[in-house]
Amino acid sequence: MENQISFFSSFALNDIFFMAEAAYRTLLISIISISIGTFIGGIFGWMLFEGRIIAIILLGPILDVFRSVPLIIQLVLFYNFAPIVGFDLNAFESGLVILTLYTAALVANVVRGGIASVGQSMRRAARSLGMNYWQDLRYVVFPIGVRAIFPSWVGVALGVLKDSALVSVLGYVELLRASQILMTRTQEPLLIIAVAGAFYFALSYPISRFSARFERKWSQ
Amino acid sequence: MIKIQELQKYFGQLHVLRGIDLQVEKGEVLSVIGASGSGKSTLLYCINGLEQIQGGTITVDGVKVHDKGTDLNNLRQSMGMVFQQWNSFPHLTAIENVALAPRIVKKKTKSEAIEIAKNQLVHVGLEDKLNVYPSELSGGQQQRLAIARALAMDPQYMLFDEATSALDPELVGEVLETMRLLAEEGMTMICVTHEMGFARDVSDRVAFFHDGIIEEIDTAKNIFENPKSELTKKFLSKVR
Repeated sequence: MENQISFFSSFALNDIFFMAEAAYRTLLISIISISIGTFIGGIFGWMLFEGRIIAIILLGPILDVFRSVPLIIQLVLFYNFAPIVGFDLNAFESGLVILTLYTAALVANVVRGGIASVGQSMRRAARSLGMNYWQDLRYVVFPIGVRAIFPSWVGVALGVLKDSALVSVLGYVELLRASQILMTRTQEPLLIIAVAGAFYFALSYPISRFSARFERKWSQ
Repeated sequence: MIKIQELQKYFGQLHVLRGIDLQVEKGEVLSVIGASGSGKSTLLYCINGLEQIQGGTITVDGVKVHDKGTDLNNLRQSMGMVFQQWNSFPHLTAIENVALAPRIVKKKTKSEAIEIAKNQLVHVGLEDKLNVYPSELSGGQQQRLAIARALAMDPQYMLFDEATSALDPELVGEVLETMRLLAEEGMTMICVTHEMGFARDVSDRVAFFHDGIIEEIDTAKNIFENPKSELTKKFLSKVR
């Protein structure tokens, strides 16, 4: 059996770099979609709160779709249908669009609740001092609301970071996809999945630490 | 001068204010008393333009509050309002609470705003709480903070909406004392209140509200010693 051909090779140091690069891609797609999604979601949440008729009739149901349909289905549908309507998007771009909208849908509801939590009484107090609508929003509602929704928002952000693994189904080589590739090659699934889990933890942990620090600071 | 004519206010089907005529002169202290739900607080919200009205007019220093062209943000600066829930801004220290509106609404510089805030906090007796967050203040202190915040806009009028109703009994005194101080300084005040002692001792006139109308309005002395309306008598006999 001297000249047996081996189809597999074991896990090597190089593979760690491969996974680190994939982790960077996970981070990249997550940071961009969480940032833009939070911004859009903030505006949507404000629109939902203000409850103009268009927001209620159109925006609410659309956001409900993004919140209710499993992310993996959204990704596959969008990736396959986008070219039909003329958007030639690669896996990364498709994943980015869907993750952003998904984040926005989740954040919108968090933000709406945050604005509502400030309360009419507080806002009237602000207006009674002569603040206009935007000053009230900027100097009273925003700082109070942000503190109220921050823990929920961190939950959304961590969720999106982990859910970004689903973009692997489109072929974008992020952390999970890279792990699958390595598993196929090395036949060492437990080791690799453990390393991948460690990478996800390393990405998430700083966020939870940071948020805990913010919350402590604000609760003073 | 605040002048109210034929004021009508509905909440949906509910007719809350049913033709209010009232005039408050500069320097006057008017207390508004009456059972809960008689429309007293709503009247203050209408004067401040925080509520729309369905009929009549409210004029403050010659400006119609509910006219389309009225700059309410500007007009409100002349009317400080103090609420039942003191509504201090929880994310700001006491001095920042007071300095915020002068800085962003009146466009004062930061140091000017801080100076104004400090003076008003001294005014209401919170000079040792300048850098304390509202969560560390008692209800009475928070309400005095709210008074200082309103005063920082240098208002011509002060509207008090049951300023002591949400306070623990032992904290009511300090807030009433601050209000009494303002009255002595000549501030024009409309106080919706359940504190009959305050109404009797501090106000020039007292208006008794019943079911959306002013049942009786007279000097404090006459209302408390010689009320004309049977309803006023009945109300006073219950609250005393």
